[in-house]
Amino acid sequence: MDLAYTPEEEEFRARLREWLAKALPTLPPKPSPRDWPGRRAYDLGWQRMLYDAGYAHVHWDASPTTRLIFLEETENAGAPYVGAGFVGLLHAGPTIAAEGTAEQRERWLPPILRGEEVWCQGFSEPDAGSDLAALRTRARRDGDDYVVTGSKIWTSHAEVADWCELLVRTDAAAPKHRGITWLALPMSAAGVEVRPLRTLAGSTEFAEVFLDEVRVPVANRVGEENDGWRVTMVTLSFERGTAFVGEVVACRRVLRSVAAAARDNGCWDDPSVRRRLGRLNAEFRALWRLTQWNVSEAEASGGVPGVGGSVFKLRYSHVRQELYDVAADVLGAESLDLERDWVLDRLSSLSYTIAAGTSQIQRNIVAERILGLPKGR
Amino acid sequence: MRFQLTDDQLALQDGVRGLLSRRFDGEALRAAVDSPGLDRGLWRALGAAGFFSLRVPEADGGVGLGLPEAVLAFEEAGRALLPGPLVATHLAAGVVDGAAEGEVVVADVDPGGFVEWLEEADVVRGEAAGAVALTSVDPLTPLHRVPGARARAVDPVAVLLTAAEQLGTATRACELAVQHARTREQFGQPIGAFQAVKHLCAGMLVRAETARAAVYAAAVTADPVDIAAARLLADEAAERGARDCLQVHGGMGFTWECEVQLLLKRAWVRARRGGGGAESEESLAVDLLA
Ligand SMILES: Cc1cc2nc3c(=O)[nH]c(=O)nc-3n(C[C@H](O)[C@H](O)[C@H](O)COP(=O)(O)OP(=O)(O)OC[C@H]3O[C@@H](n4cnc5c(N)ncnc54)[C@H](O)[C@@H]3O)c2cc1C
Repeated sequence: MDLAYTPEEEEFRARLREWLAKALPTLPPKPSPRDWPGRRAYDLGWQRMLYDAGYAHVHWDASPTTRLIFLEETENAGAPYVGAGFVGLLHAGPTIAAEGTAEQRERWLPPILRGEEVWCQGFSEPDAGSDLAALRTRARRDGDDYVVTGSKIWTSHAEVADWCELLVRTDAAAPKHRGITWLALPMSAAGVEVRPLRTLAGSTEFAEVFLDEVRVPVANRVGEENDGWRVTMVTLSFERGTAFVGEVVACRRVLRSVAAAARDNGCWDDPSVRRRLGRLNAEFRALWRLTQWNVSEAEASGGVPGVGGSVFKLRYSHVRQELYDVAADVLGAESLDLERDWVLDRLSSLSYTIAAGTSQIQRNIVAERILGLPKGR
Repeated sequence: MRFQLTDDQLALQDGVRGLLSRRFDGEALRAAVDSPGLDRGLWRALGAAGFFSLRVPEADGGVGLGLPEAVLAFEEAGRALLPGPLVATHLAAGVVDGAAEGEVVVADVDPGGFVEWLEEADVVRGEAAGAVALTSVDPLTPLHRVPGARARAVDPVAVLLTAAEQLGTATRACELAVQHARTREQFGQPIGAFQAVKHLCAGMLVRAETARAAVYAAAVTADPVDIAAARLLADEAAERGARDCLQVHGGMGFTWECEVQLLLKRAWVRARRGGGGAESEESLAVDLLA
């Protein structure tokens, strides 16, 4: 048991920190959360800066520990998060790297790294959310194309995406997990229609995507036809395994600012407020340690992150919501004012127990895959 | 950063687990409930195995290991529900003659105002005058209350070792619940196939694993704020874990024979050590303003 970093890792940290101190002041002003084109430009611009400085690869090639250091340092410095690059960098890209052909890697990976192309995730459908394998969007083979018809929902960043990691049904007769295929859909293709949905925070974070006889080249298929469920599991393990770790650092910073606000407005004198804040400090410290534990385990086993990600996600998504509940009590009446960042963040934290697999689904995964309890009928 | 058990640590964990399963298995646990009193033979065996002298330097005749190793040993003790003033005697090793070898049983007056195992102890550290016996909620931890005990600062190492015991108990609770959920059948299938039961078990594991990360990290850093965090997480994992384990056992869980009550009651006793978790919460709150 050892929490020390190697000299090389410390050197990486120092170099990164130095670069961040110089690079961050050159960033353009942050766009409003509701300005999607502005956000796309801002997030991709940041990715381009990382690329030019030699840090673009960090989510893919760096050791898990180096990546942890990257997330810790960028967050501490107040650097932008992956934002619109989330799907491409954190799960579509890694999936293509793991499962794609050489041509596919060559076509799709460099633009993600250079901050030129945005990906979205077209998995969920109106009748296939938790029961993802029930998806019905059809794809029929026609020469060198698949012809795709159906609809997707809750597609984050769809409005500004160039590509979509799309799950389609290629064999309707096969058992539901068997007839699925993983495709890269160009969002500009004829027959793709994006209708933004308004979130409870008032923004258009996600959208419905309608697909009407859309032609997707067979060459865009990652993995074999009808073997998409296996590829999907690879994608989901990336999404659940490591995609949230950087945010723990952000939450620790928010918690400190909530404590400072409590001190400034007198809430601090109430021992019950202090004790709730203290408990949250314990939670986020523990979550950071759990992150280090998982990262260190990934480092030891060297591969796709394991189901430990579900343990982390379960605890984290709930504690994050608690953090904003405490913040709301500290803010008092101002907690009802949407102009406050904390209030917007409180609203968006409500999605963490739903997106990327609900807490109920994560508990099933923990119970069945880690604890070995029998599958329900 | 190798935040995983080393081979030596795994061997130590195995060794302690092996010793306890030979000397203090489930049957011995139940027998201990029926005949209260400290098993001096077992105490000496623990001493011989280095349980108490684990952190005493080799030059002074100890094992010369550190907090992480002590935490692993105490986790095993917590998992087996090993009774006795383990933390107090461990802390006295190298200070009180015979404690390191397990020849002497040492009890401590807790800052929270009670003493565990007062009558069995050969040496009592702290002011225990006028101690009054309680009918202890935990059949395996005799308790005295010390009226008007002066509040003393809490020793962070004692807090951490207690957290390690709680972690062991939380792990045990999860194991017992899962074992029961796999075998007990209702409505023609194992109850573990029911989601309501599954989700209780998943919650137990999530709390135990989060606590584990916190406890192990605190053992590495020995930082008092990390230790305070570890304590809160471990107390929660043990208390709620035992409670949920009882729920999974149904009516059987409510019986005297079932081990679950012992897990819960010991978790309660430990959670009161050092005056409860309030002080830890306060120090973690203050840390946020630092
Ligand atoms: C902010 C946000 C962004 C998202 N982004 C994307 C995206 O980019 N791409 C994408 O494909 N999807 C995305 N999603 C969709 C997300 O993955 C689904 O919402 C989620 O998997 C739940 O599916 P559902 O909404 O259909 O709810 P349902 O599956 O209908 O679930 C409703 C309720 O029933 C419970 N439930 C369902 N099945 C079970 C079961 N077996 N056991 C116990 N309880 C159960 C759920 O836990 C939940 O409480 C996003 C969602 C959100 C909120």
